[in-house]
Amino acid sequence: MKANYGYMDGSGEYYITIDTDPCNDCADHPCVSACPVGMFEIIVDDYDDEVAAIKEENRKKVKYDCAPCKPVTDRPPLPCVKACPADAITHSW
Amino acid sequence: MITAGIDLGAKFVKVLFLKDDEVLARTQERAGFEPAEAAKRAFAAALSESGLTENDLDAICATGAGRQVSPFTRESITEVGAAARGTTYLHPSVRTVIDVGGEEGRAVKCGDTGKVEDFAVNEQCAAGAGSFTETIARALEVPLEEFGKLSLKSTKTIPMNAQCAVFAESEVVSLMHAKTPKEDISRAVHDAIASRIISMVRRVGISNEVALIGGVAYNPGFVDALERGMETKVVVPEHPEYVGALGAALTARERSK
Ligand code: SF4
Ligand code: SF4
Repeated sequence: MKANYGYMDGSGEYYITIDTDPCNDCADHPCVSACPVGMFEIIVDDYDDEVAAIKEENRKKVKYDCAPCKPVTDRPPLPCVKACPADAITHSW
Repeated sequence: MITAGIDLGAKFVKVLFLKDDEVLARTQERAGFEPAEAAKRAFAAALSESGLTENDLDAICATGAGRQVSPFTRESITEVGAAARGTTYLHPSVRTVIDVGGEEGRAVKCGDTGKVEDFAVNEQCAAGAGSFTETIARALEVPLEEFGKLSLKSTKTIPMNAQCAVFAESEVVSLMHAKTPKEDISRAVHDAIASRIISMVRRVGISNEVALIGGVAYNPGFVDALERGMETKVVVPEHPEYVGALGAALTARERSK
């Protein structure tokens, strides 16, 4: 399943997409500890799979929460994207 | 087997009782500040409508933003999962479900079994949700039920430049002062909301069969704007506001088998 967490407003679309298919087989869930804001959590979804998700309290402010990881110039690889062994995380902005 | 689905939405709590393929009761209450109390009232009303007692129910499942405070069950399914399950039960060939409530919009792509494959939610922007039409209908002094129909009478497309509901409201006031016909303003507003929703739907993909659920599905102006914007027919199930509760009742049944 592809889960798009975030929002769109007048300034653009701010979604973190998690392809949750590989999460069930991901032993240590490194995305959780990689994110400096602690945005990721592991939940049991509607189909009884253990998957990564963005916490409820972060979903409406991802643009702001992620800002420190996304300097305007010289943008390094995002910690969450880099940590995921399955390339399951993408950002829309 | 008799099961119940409780949908604790942002504005309304809906309860649906299901026995095999027959719906025994559909009731709703305004959620207000005490959604758990509203759920109790809606549940009691459903018992009285169906002539059942709580003991007659084999399983209960909750959904909606307030599902964690549901007084009757710990069993729950997300709004996205319930929307997909309920819609594909009613319309098995639908693969894209658009769920627009008062305060949020959702787009879900699902597979043959009603399992969610892709979803996106927008709870942040009022310009892409139902309550925006209420605000503008009030400003135009048109009853909400008439506001959607009014837009069908318009033949003129007026683009709205404002990206935010607050600014859009002042844009509407300017249009009113410029003596723009109400039907053209209504269409402009519905087109603006639909365009927000459609860009979210594009994230998950527009399939051949698209359904619209949630209370906003009663608004013919919005359905028309969606169909024009996506260039595809949109299916509106009967009782569109109860599809989430139906999905929860179906989930209760499937999980207790
Ligand atoms: S690291 Fe990647 S695969 Fe593992 S749980 Fe996180 S998102 Fe899923
Ligand atoms: S970009 Fe940084 S703050 Fe945003 S989710 Fe990834 S690791 Fe967390």
